[in-house]
Amino acid sequence: MSRYLTHDPIDVGNLVAQVSDPGRGGTVLFLGSVRRSEEDGAVASIEYSAYEEMVVAEFERIVAEAKARWPDAVCRVAHRLGDVPVGEPSIAVVAAAPHRREAFEACRFLIEEAKRRLPVWKHERFEDGTKRWRGG
Amino acid sequence: MRPNDDCSTRPPGAITVRCRFFAAFAELLGRETLDLELPESATVADAVHQLRAQLDQGERLPTNPMAAVNREHVAAERQLVHGDELALLPPLAGG
Repeated sequence: MSRYLTHDPIDVGNLVAQVSDPGRGGTVLFLGSVRRSEEDGAVASIEYSAYEEMVVAEFERIVAEAKARWPDAVCRVAHRLGDVPVGEPSIAVVAAAPHRREAFEACRFLIEEAKRRLPVWKHERFEDGTKRWRGG
Repeated sequence: MRPNDDCSTRPPGAITVRCRFFAAFAELLGRETLDLELPESATVADAVHQLRAQLDQGERLPTNPMAAVNREHVAAERQLVHGDELALLPPLAGG
């Protein structure tokens, strides 16, 4: 679909490989996965949909902002769309930098901004077949 | 593609914006797009007001939803110009 969006399981190894370099001693990976919790009930899977053109534009802005703040960091991001089963990642963010501090900070920035800004929505599907839009 | 790029097809003093609806809003309204005619200098808030009045189920839209113009988040006061793409965004839930 694009370098940021996929309907297939996110290839985490490939994302990490893209930022690996002998000069980058710290790599931080964040995976956000579909979870099941008591308050949410028996969620079987979540169907993710998006304003795809804007997700691409917003991801590019977020990565550029991270680059401006941590110039030595290299970042990659990916969001999965479509039906994602419980336990599988829906988003992956990776940042690599010469030292761990920039890598942690850049990774944290990327995921927080992605959560706040990406136009993506969740349609929860429960084990009894019912569905519900999940907001916020 | 921008709606009505030929300005001779629209009344003087009017603009057309392409509205896009997603997720719960698309389900509520039963549609994903609409070309909306507005007066010049209309804002996002004006567009939302008109959509709420004009569309079947429109009154169930929030009065001040999150919005984007041309793929960037904007405030309700943002002025629209002819050909803009205005997206109304239900509460975001990415990640």
